[in-house]
Amino acid sequence: MELYELTAHELRDLIRSRKISCVELTRSVLDRIDRIDSKIGSYITVCADKAIERSKEVQAKIDRGEAKSPLAGIPMALKDNICTEGILTTCASKMLYNFIPPYSATVAKKLYSEDTILLGKLNMDEFAMGSSTENSYFKKTRNPWDVDRVPGGSSGGSAASVIAGEAVFALGSDTGGSIRQPASFCGVVGMKPTYGAVSRFGLVAFASSLDQIGPLTKDVTDCALVLNAITGHDPMDSTSADIDYPDYTKALVNDIKGMKIGIPREYIGEGINEEVKKAVLDAVEVLRKLGAECEEFSLPITEYAIPAYYLISSAEASSNLARYDGIKYGYRAEKFTDLLDLYMQTRSEGFGPEVKRRIMLGTYALSSGYYDAYYKKALQVRTLIRNGFDEAFSRYDLIVGPTAPTTAYKIGEKINNPLEMYLGDIYTVSVNIAGLPGLVIPCGTDSNNLPVGLQLIGKPFDESTLLRVGYTFEQNTEFHKNRPRI
Amino acid sequence: MDYEIVIGLEIHAELSTKSKIYCSCTTEFGGEPNTHCCPICTGMPGVLPVLNKKVVEYAVRAGLATNCTIPEFSKQDRKNYFYPDLPKAYQTSQYDLPLCKNGYVDIEVGGTSKRIGITRIHIEEDAGKLMHDEWDTASLVDYNRCGVPLIEIVTEPDMRSAEEARVFLEKIKAILQYIGVSDCKMQEGSLRADINLSVRPKGQKEFGTRTEMKNLNSFKAIVRAIESEARRQINEIESGEVIVQETRRWDDNKGISYAMRNKEEAHDYRYFPEPDLVPIVVDREWLEQIRASLPELPDARKKRYIEEFGLPEYDASILTGSKALADFFEEAVSKSKNAKAVSNWMMGDLMRLLKDRDMEAEDIPFPAEYLAKLISLIDKGTISGTIAKKVFEKMFDTKKDPEAIVKEEGLEVVSDESTLRAVVRKVLENNAQSVADYKGGKEKAFGFLVGQAMKETKGKADPKLINKLLREELEN
Repeated sequence: MELYELTAHELRDLIRSRKISCVELTRSVLDRIDRIDSKIGSYITVCADKAIERSKEVQAKIDRGEAKSPLAGIPMALKDNICTEGILTTCASKMLYNFIPPYSATVAKKLYSEDTILLGKLNMDEFAMGSSTENSYFKKTRNPWDVDRVPGGSSGGSAASVIAGEAVFALGSDTGGSIRQPASFCGVVGMKPTYGAVSRFGLVAFASSLDQIGPLTKDVTDCALVLNAITGHDPMDSTSADIDYPDYTKALVNDIKGMKIGIPREYIGEGINEEVKKAVLDAVEVLRKLGAECEEFSLPITEYAIPAYYLISSAEASSNLARYDGIKYGYRAEKFTDLLDLYMQTRSEGFGPEVKRRIMLGTYALSSGYYDAYYKKALQVRTLIRNGFDEAFSRYDLIVGPTAPTTAYKIGEKINNPLEMYLGDIYTVSVNIAGLPGLVIPCGTDSNNLPVGLQLIGKPFDESTLLRVGYTFEQNTEFHKNRPRI
Repeated sequence: MDYEIVIGLEIHAELSTKSKIYCSCTTEFGGEPNTHCCPICTGMPGVLPVLNKKVVEYAVRAGLATNCTIPEFSKQDRKNYFYPDLPKAYQTSQYDLPLCKNGYVDIEVGGTSKRIGITRIHIEEDAGKLMHDEWDTASLVDYNRCGVPLIEIVTEPDMRSAEEARVFLEKIKAILQYIGVSDCKMQEGSLRADINLSVRPKGQKEFGTRTEMKNLNSFKAIVRAIESEARRQINEIESGEVIVQETRRWDDNKGISYAMRNKEEAHDYRYFPEPDLVPIVVDREWLEQIRASLPELPDARKKRYIEEFGLPEYDASILTGSKALADFFEEAVSKSKNAKAVSNWMMGDLMRLLKDRDMEAEDIPFPAEYLAKLISLIDKGTISGTIAKKVFEKMFDTKKDPEAIVKEEGLEVVSDESTLRAVVRKVLENNAQSVADYKGGKEKAFGFLVGQAMKETKGKADPKLINKLLREELEN
């Protein structure tokens, strides 16, 4: 196997035993990017020279015995909505086509202090709005399993880069499924941590009360390693939880005997693709055989999750994206007549159609006279959804189900039908609304050999249980070893 | 017809915390443009606010000092609108759950006391400043003020005249200064007031339609704007027009206001809870600590000045109407023990000089100790009252110790009898007519002769001794 195909923990062992240097590893991954990214389109920015230079520094540190982190020397990449000091951060938008932040996101700093090597910045749907990465201003990212298909989104570049060997691991962000759905479509492991577990400082906001950064990795062990690096209280983020965070590698135990698992009936009912359903139920069967107690239950008001999600997220987005006005940074329209015209031209030209759609939806939902009917109602639904999960978690240790109703669809298939695209978020948005952790692991393929992801949903701050179940599943199956031929 | 004016105020005061409300930038006034800011207060992508706890403490102090209720939970909301001085395109403020509510302040106008209700006090961030280039079509933005913490104090429509509004505002200013939460400098914009005003025929219960007036930069402007707006509204009504609910901008140079926008054009601010911040919890123990740390407030001080120092009520209310004056008074009294004299000097010469030199009470140029020294020079008979007035003015302008001024300029009272007898004799010689008048029974002439003798000694003579010597010399 090539170096770029290996997991972080396999590479860690090779680096520690001096079988390889991280310079050589970084070159291997950069070569891979060089060879295939014109086909896949994972990256918006590749920092090849910086990465090589950095790998030499890190290797020197390793040689001196000063690099203790298990992630030391591992080349990785970040979604392009995570600010990186001195490196272009575009959110895949024309609006920020030239934006170079003078600061780094807390997660970027944390990964730096773990001696990882930043390869570059990954493609995404503009401002993380979308489920196919077709909404990027710069390029489309293609699914490494079938380049005519979407990689999912909005963290499509993150998922594609990891499975294609263009990064050992990547960070994405998840507001309504943006880590989990592309993880499912590309056959990688993706975790949306509990809201507040990972600092949002430096993550360009889409919907502040829902956004969360998380890892996309080749297996569950890597997921635990990256979680160890990025979770923790951050005084720069008021919504960051000040609690004791566990060592997530302690959860990597091959044993789920007696664990109680609930499967929401609403998640495997109408609307789900039969092959996806079969892969999910087969996976449930595996878990049962491994000693878990699995049963179906009803998770009420699932049907209201999507409208509530689109109202809350769009309302917050309409405010969060108002700062892109052409005054301070980023794109400014060339021709305008006065201040109002400057705003209108800049925002008309700088934002893509999906972003504009959400800004309009959110502005409308918050307008006087409509607030109570839309935004306030959505907040009430949010409370009910939380209560529904609380109730379920009084009976189950975790909830298991599908990630998306389908496997990866064709590029262009849904881009002109936003509503159908939104409905693809049905199994993921509730998790953000309730602030819960969600882990996606590969659990099978459909007849086109496209990956299917199993979603595990946990109690707040109980990532460990999800990792344990995911790890056990992995130890007893082979799905996580699948690699596409590009 | 007789009309009644109904006024409510919205007062913005900048809090004097060292750092801004959501970042660690300085709040200092007057830096080079865009030197007191960072990615957070300029709203760069991805940054997050962290609430400065001092801001909550200062606002709670203001609430307690104005008799407000402080709820245990309050939250912050976003007020959305586009303007270049607002880099995030929303102002983080408070909407339905303010930090303080339902308070009051008592004022005194024309000898009667009146209670003005405080609806609410909330915290919010200030915006930057636009600078319009006079020579170019471009405007520049200075973000230094972005994120400077403000409190907004909203009153009930309880005021009925410009004078009541002015006195109320003076009182709020004094209170905020007493509790040390704002320096309240109107000229630097750290205290600003918007006026909500309506008129109604006397006796009518319902309020008239109100207008909101902005851009009031001084107490004088506030009084003028209220009088002008009340007149305008009454004229409109008298000529059969209907008052339109609108926002007006006061032009103090021209002495008139202009309509800025009416209700239909009013912004829809799309308030919603700020998701980047968590609810504010003022725990009860902390609240009591803040309450216990409040200093003596103007009303209590005034009462004490009347009881302890025997000051007239008017003097006591002037002296306690400004923290700077009250502090100066107390320091001078602690050194001089002659409270009455300290009060008289402050109410008279000090106030006059401040007004002449266009200065505020905060700007008194010499230490209170000097006033105590000056009073003691008079009490000991070292200088006369007339000389003291000159020394006071010199002290005000040069900041010199009064003892030094007296010594340097040789202003001590002359009480050497033989020196003064010589002066008196000289005066009698030179004013034969007045002497004759006196002897002819005109008592007035005696006063004139005293004046001449004082003049001869440049006011330094001990007046009692001059009197005595004149009588003696005239009797002889």
